[in-house]
Amino acid sequence: MSERLASKPRSREKPERPRRRRIDPDWIRRNGVYVALVLLLAINVAITDNFVSDATLRLQLIQVTPVLIVALGMALVIGTQGIDLSVGAVMALAAALIPLYIGYGTGVAIAIAVLAGGVSGALAGTLVARIGVQPIIATLGIMVAGRGVANLFGGEIKSIRDPGMVALGSGSLLGVPYVVVIAAVVAAVTWFLVRRSNFGRQLVAIGGNKRAAELGGLPVPRVLLTTYILCGLLAALAGVLLAARSQASDPTKVGLLVELSAITAVVLGGTPLSGGQVRIAGTIAGALLMQLITATLIFHDIPDSTAQIAQAVIVVAAVYVQLGRRKARP
Amino acid sequence: MTTTVAAAPAGSGGTRARVARVAQRQGALVILVASVLAATLAFDSFGTAGNLENIALQASFLAVVALGMTFVIMSGGIDLSVGSVFALGGVLAAWGSRYGTLAALLVPLVVCGAIGLVQGLVIARGGLPPFIVTLAGLLFARGLLLLISDEGATTYKVPPGSAFRELAQGGLLGIGYPIWIVLVAFGIGGLLLRRSSYGSTVLAIGGQEDAADLMGLPVLRTKVIAYTTCGVLAGFGGLLMASYTSSGVTVLGVGMELEVISAVVLGGTLLTGGAGTVLGSLVGVLLLQVIRNVINQVGSLNSNWQAVISGTILLVVVTAQRWLAKVEGR
Repeated sequence: MSERLASKPRSREKPERPRRRRIDPDWIRRNGVYVALVLLLAINVAITDNFVSDATLRLQLIQVTPVLIVALGMALVIGTQGIDLSVGAVMALAAALIPLYIGYGTGVAIAIAVLAGGVSGALAGTLVARIGVQPIIATLGIMVAGRGVANLFGGEIKSIRDPGMVALGSGSLLGVPYVVVIAAVVAAVTWFLVRRSNFGRQLVAIGGNKRAAELGGLPVPRVLLTTYILCGLLAALAGVLLAARSQASDPTKVGLLVELSAITAVVLGGTPLSGGQVRIAGTIAGALLMQLITATLIFHDIPDSTAQIAQAVIVVAAVYVQLGRRKARP
Repeated sequence: MTTTVAAAPAGSGGTRARVARVAQRQGALVILVASVLAATLAFDSFGTAGNLENIALQASFLAVVALGMTFVIMSGGIDLSVGSVFALGGVLAAWGSRYGTLAALLVPLVVCGAIGLVQGLVIARGGLPPFIVTLAGLLFARGLLLLISDEGATTYKVPPGSAFRELAQGGLLGIGYPIWIVLVAFGIGGLLLRRSSYGSTVLAIGGQEDAADLMGLPVLRTKVIAYTTCGVLAGFGGLLMASYTSSGVTVLGVGMELEVISAVVLGGTLLTGGAGTVLGSLVGVLLLQVIRNVINQVGSLNSNWQAVISGTILLVVVTAQRWLAKVEGR
């Protein structure tokens, strides 16, 4: 607020500042992720051998799907000014349930696994929306407990030999892998929800100002609950797809640190952690950018350690750029 | 003036509100005493002096880290990097012990303190969300760990006969040094919180940062000190662990941040900041350790129940905290 007071008289003296406008920081914030993605693609095309090939492209798209699907759910939650740390544990839980119920048929097993994510999301949503527990703590508890439950169900690594699951994991539709098709459908539906549905408008309004939304008569608890359920369902779906692709489920490894990758993708994509906005296209680009960064480092034999440090720096830089927007528009 | 700040968050009077306040502060202690009593009655092997000392000793590593986290959370922040920093501290200590005890002590404390310092500076000066900065810190410390251990070693041995081993393996009056260290550290921490201007500033920042800033309290400095201390203590915890096990293990501390945050929240410190006790965190750590020990005692019970029960207790406690806060009229 003090900034606004300070800048008012100055702007009266100099009403036009076209030079500053040319490098509009807000434009960078909104579209930086696309610029970075294109730049990194160009760099890879130039310096990485065999980068421009069907196989590489397919592999990158397949590998990004779990994180992308989780990130789309996370974007919704972050839009409400929340956060969901339980997504990795939910992925593990869903993957662990598949071998247990695969005997009843592929569809049944998938349905049970995805529903488990919905139940977990409902629990998080109830704690956040009805009881008023902070999202980070509510989902932290579910994360700890959920990973334990996944381990209890899953035990050790189990291989999945079901033909239905194998087809889901490695089949393709018109040359596009099923998992990529599913991710695209999820992205389209999420985009529609956010931009075109009443639910999306309410979600964004709540994230922008919960108190105002409440006073305006919006069904705040119901929308929050729905958001967390959606996030849980999507995380579980990601777990199922991962299990289908790897034809195995390892509850201690599946979805480890995925919450961090998902949050990073969302933030890179321009959705502010302070809520009130959801950027679906940005989230997709953010997930792709993260995948491409990892891939680029692997292509060039840069060790894991350096990759992690690079990721750390990227996260901070991305949020720093975001921060400018919050200051600019309080 | 400083005492008024510390007392400010106390709610209005009334017996109901007062009972609620006591329950919120001491709830974990009640659960701890109840579970210790129940476990003593249920298992012959629980109440033995040897087992109780073992619990205290195992808890001491976590307790050291929780002390630093308590101050960070009370200032309204969070530090997700402690697990990685803990592991880094342990490995650096084991590595340093080859060059003498002094190196074993100084190297981890300086490096981990530096990580905390940088995080504190970025959070306090840059105004970035602590959640994101320390998330990056988590990746960074883990990356650094991989980088220095790239000779393929996952374990660094402390040379036999090194005096460094005494630090955690020796004892005084039949009680291990780590327990003494924890008692002294928490004593100092309690005094700092209740009797120093630093402590009241921490609480004031957590209560309302803008107000603390307007009052002329050293907000920046206090935050930087809190994160630096948290880094030093996390490194110290790892150092103690390295001394106790005579080795530095690179894979330690994964998920530890969540355990530590759980302990602090269980101990009655509000995650929104501004209120809490140092002793409560110690109680929280002990409670988690007792649960772990009881599950070991049961034997037949899968060790994954530990995560399930810890997560459930966390959720129950935060739900109770919210409910009590409502009764208290906050």
